[in-house]
Order: sequence, then C-alpha cells, then structure tokens
Amino acid sequence: MEIVMAFVVGIIFMAATYLMLSKSLLRIIIGTGLLSHGTHLLVLTMGGLKNGAAPLLGEHAAQYNDPLPQALILTAIVIAFGVTSFFLVLAYRAYQELGTDNMDRLRGTKINE
Amino acid sequence: MNNLLLLPILIPLFTAVILIFLNRFTVASRWVSVLSLLSTVFVSVLLFQKVRTDGIQTLNLGNWEAPFGITLVSDMLSALLVLTTSVIAFACCLYSFRAIGEEREKFYYYSILQFLIVGINGAFTTGDIFNLFVFFEVMLMSSYVLLVLGGTKAQLRESVKYILVNIISSSLFVITVAYLYSVVGTLNMAHISTRIAEVGQPGILTVIAVLFLIVFGLKGAIFPLYFWLPGSYYAPPAPVLALFGALLTKVGVYSIMRTYTLFFPHDPGYTHELLGVLAVITIIVGIIGALAYWDIKKIIIYNIIVAVGVILFGVSVNTTESLTGAIFYLIHDMLIKAALFLLVGVVIAITGTSNLKKISGLIKNYPLLGWMFLLSALALAGIPPLSGFVGKLLIIKSGFEAEAYWGAGIVLMSSLLVLFSVMKIFINGFWGIHRTYEKEEKAPVSWLLISPAILVIISVLYGVGAELVYPYILEAAETLTNPSTYINAVMKE
Repeated sequence: MEIVMAFVVGIIFMAATYLMLSKSLLRIIIGTGLLSHGTHLLVLTMGGLKNGAAPLLGEHAAQYNDPLPQALILTAIVIAFGVTSFFLVLAYRAYQELGTDNMDRLRGTKINE
Repeated sequence: MNNLLLLPILIPLFTAVILIFLNRFTVASRWVSVLSLLSTVFVSVLLFQKVRTDGIQTLNLGNWEAPFGITLVSDMLSALLVLTTSVIAFACCLYSFRAIGEEREKFYYYSILQFLIVGINGAFTTGDIFNLFVFFEVMLMSSYVLLVLGGTKAQLRESVKYILVNIISSSLFVITVAYLYSVVGTLNMAHISTRIAEVGQPGILTVIAVLFLIVFGLKGAIFPLYFWLPGSYYAPPAPVLALFGALLTKVGVYSIMRTYTLFFPHDPGYTHELLGVLAVITIIVGIIGALAYWDIKKIIIYNIIVAVGVILFGVSVNTTESLTGAIFYLIHDMLIKAALFLLVGVVIAITGTSNLKKISGLIKNYPLLGWMFLLSALALAGIPPLSGFVGKLLIIKSGFEAEAYWGAGIVLMSSLLVLFSVMKIFINGFWGIHRTYEKEEKAPVSWLLISPAILVIISVLYGVGAELVYPYILEAAETLTNPSTYINAVMKE
C-alpha cells in the first residue's frame, strides 16, 4: 500500500510542478493547491498505513495506529487553506490592478513600470 | 517550567487581536501598538535575566510531558534573539507613525506587525520541529500582508512571486518534517537530537539535513535560493523593509544554526562542508550585487545576502569560537540592518528617490543623518571598535584555525568590499553639491531619526561593550556545541 501511495504522491507532485511552470497565474495557484495535497498524502504515508487499531485506550489491541501524522496534516491543511485563499484574492487584485495574469508580463523590478 | 517564556509571544498576539477592533482609531492603535512592544521588550529583558541566572528555561504546553507535547525552550541564544527582535520591532513601530501613511494604518498595519512578531518570537522560542513550521507560517502570512499592503503595482507584482516561493518552501518543510518523523519517530527537537545520536546519522538523515538546508536556505536567502529576495524586498516601504531585512532572513539563519548543531553534527564532512561552500558563494554573489547597483535600497538589500553568508560560514566551521562569532555577528547584523534600512527610508523621504545618482550633498542640511549613516556603514563593514568587528574577528580567526583558508580569506576580503559599497552611498549621497528636493519640506525628518538613533546607539554600545556581552554570547555558543545541556534541560522532567 505504501508503494502505491508513493506513486500517487509522485504523480501529484509531477502535475503540481507542471501547473506551477505554466504562465497563467490561476494555474499556478491550482498547482500550489495540488502540491499541498501531495504533501499531506506524503505525511499520512510516512506514519505507516493501517498497521493497528484506532489509538483508543479501550481497544486492547496488540498494535495501535500512530495518530500524530493525522494531527500534523490537520494543521497543515488549515494553513494551506488560508494561504491558498489569500493567494486567490491577491491574484484577483493583481489582475485588476495590473491587467494581466500572464507571468511573462509580471517581470521586472522597477517601481514605476 | 516557567510561563515567562510564553509572554513575548502572547503579548503581541493579544495586542494584534485588540488592534483589529481599533483600526478606525489611528492614534489609539499607534500607542497601543508601541506600548505593547515596549512591554514585550521589558518581558524579554526579564526572560534574558532568568536564563542568565537559572540556565535554560522550558515550558511544556498544557502540561504534556516533554517528548509528547509541544515544548517551548529558551536557551541563551533564543533569549538574546527574542530580545533583539522586540527592540527592533519597537523601533520600527515608532518609525511607522510618520512613515507608513494613514491609509495603511487604517488597513490593519499595526495588527499585522504584531502578528509578525508573534511568528518570529515563536520561531525563536519553540522546541518542537512542527511547531517551528507553524510559527514560520504565522510569520510568513503576516509578511505576505505587510508586503502587499498599500497595493501599488510593484507590490502586487512582487508579492505574487514572494508568496509562490514561500508556498513551495513551506511544502518542502512539511515534507522534510514527514521524512524526519518517519526516521526518528518524534517531533521534539531535543528528543530528535538524542535519537539521531543513537543511530549515528546514517545516509538518510544526511539527505534530510540537506533538505532542511534547502528549506531554511530559501527563507534565509543562501546562494542558489536567494533569487527572490532583491525583487521582493525592494517593493515595500522603509519600515516594512527594515523589519523584513533585519528579522525574516535571520529566522532562516537561526533555524539552520539550530538544526545543524542540534540534529546533524555527526557528519560534518558532508553537511557542514556543503554549508560552508554555499555560504562563501553567497558572500561573493551578495558582494557583486552590492557593488553593481546605484540604488541605495538595492545596495543595502544585497548586503543582507552578504551577512547571511558570513554568519553561515561561521556556523559551518562549527567550533565554539566560530559559533560565538556567528551569534555575535547575527545580533549585530539584525540591529545594524534595521538601522540602515530606516536611515535609507529617511533619505528616500527627503529626496523622493532611491537612485544614488540623483542624490548629493545631504550632509549640509542633515548632519545628524549623515553621521549616523557613516557610523552604521562603518559598523556594517566591521571597523573596530564598532559592533561588526568582534563577530567577524572571531569567525575569521576560527576559520583560519580550522584551516578553511579560502572561506576565511573571502570573508576578510568581503569586509573591504562591503565598506566600499556603503561608502559609495555616503560619498555620493552625502558629500558633493548641495541640491534641493521637491518633497524636502514635508519630510518629518526629526521624528524619523529617533528610531535609527536608538538602534545605532544600541549597536555602538554592543560593539564598545563587547567585553560585557561576550560571556552571554559564549554561553549561547556553548549550548549549541554541547547539545547535551539543551537535551537535559528539556527532557529532565
């Protein structure tokens, strides 16, 4: 199962990288969303998949699952959610102000361009 | 167990929340903000005193025992950095009153500034690697807002790139923490250190060490990963630039310092060698940038990169002496960079431009500004007895002792070129023919000079009183070279 997950995560990262290399700002944002999904799946896989009972005291199981990666993912999801929504608003505002969402036309470092 | 640790994080946090409701009352929010930062400085001094007398302080949040819950740890290094951060934030906040503009103030500027300090102080204090990520995100989120606040075209354009770079680096951070967790099975930094020492850092952990270098290197702007910095830092106004330049990159540098001494000291032949080479190239790249531009903001921005290289070279040599130098230089650089950016802000407020070729003869009407600039320029380059000297001396001396001749030689040469790059500003901008500028009358120069004056005075005292400060810096460096003191303090209960 972990091997399959490794491939899934890899494919998601590949798609995310492809999207982030495109010129359209919206695609880039979707790419960052995919990247964080891939990251969360990776964290989940790193804790080991389904190798015990739920981590509750009453279960009396020989082995328990590790609940920590899930707690980490929850935190990371919230943060990724916040950052993505901020990025979307920023992209909209930048589009209004600069009149383009093409990264090629967002070059340069001069203040009054 | 000491709740004092939490106060430099909690005070700005609560103030930030209060300030959200005060956004319409500009004067009130100014004073609430500055008072809260003043009390943060006060609390940081108390914390420093406590660490000085009683050693490393720890706090297990929610009373969860050390390796399981989140632990806050304040050793000498983190106490010193929290103190410096609070002082700089206070100075920048005071400066903002007359520099940032009412529009930005109404749109939660002071509130976001407090959130930034929450993130930075938290990152310096935490003893849990995932919690470090969370505080990084608090800090980055505030920095996104500060960078874009005002909404000029340049700011919007640069924010897009800055956010994209940081999202990628944050994802990498989570990935790295996941890898580390799968290998050592813990997130507590002291516990990670013991576990790694037990298995003796096999190859997989060296890979993770390099991943950490990439993650923190992106924040700290080391050689191949510095590309976003000059553009992004150019966009925001002076007080925000001072906060970013003085504090944000230094959090990355601190994290490299912490992870490379606490987690990965077992294979220095690979990891520290790599860090050393990258640090030296960082210095060279920064110098080239600082010499090439005729724009005062750009020159100082590239000097950030040089300083990062110098500090990390000290870390890579990895002896107590070199780490003492690195910490000494780190604190010096935070103070002096903030002062320089604020002074550059004053120059821009007077002249309305940052192009050096359009500025000259400022010293005639603004002698205080001129002398303060000269003093901080000399301190930046490390002229004795000013504060840059001691740090650089220790770094270079230990570099030669460790037979890293090339690196130490380049650090030595870099001082000369740094001096040249900032003297270029002084000679062309302050000497020469006196000119008049359009906006000159309106610039609130005497108010704006207060904050840089505070910082320059502290920095001069820091340099002249190096003998008094040295024992504390040495103690901080000794904690770094002997992780056992740190581990014992965290895991004792």
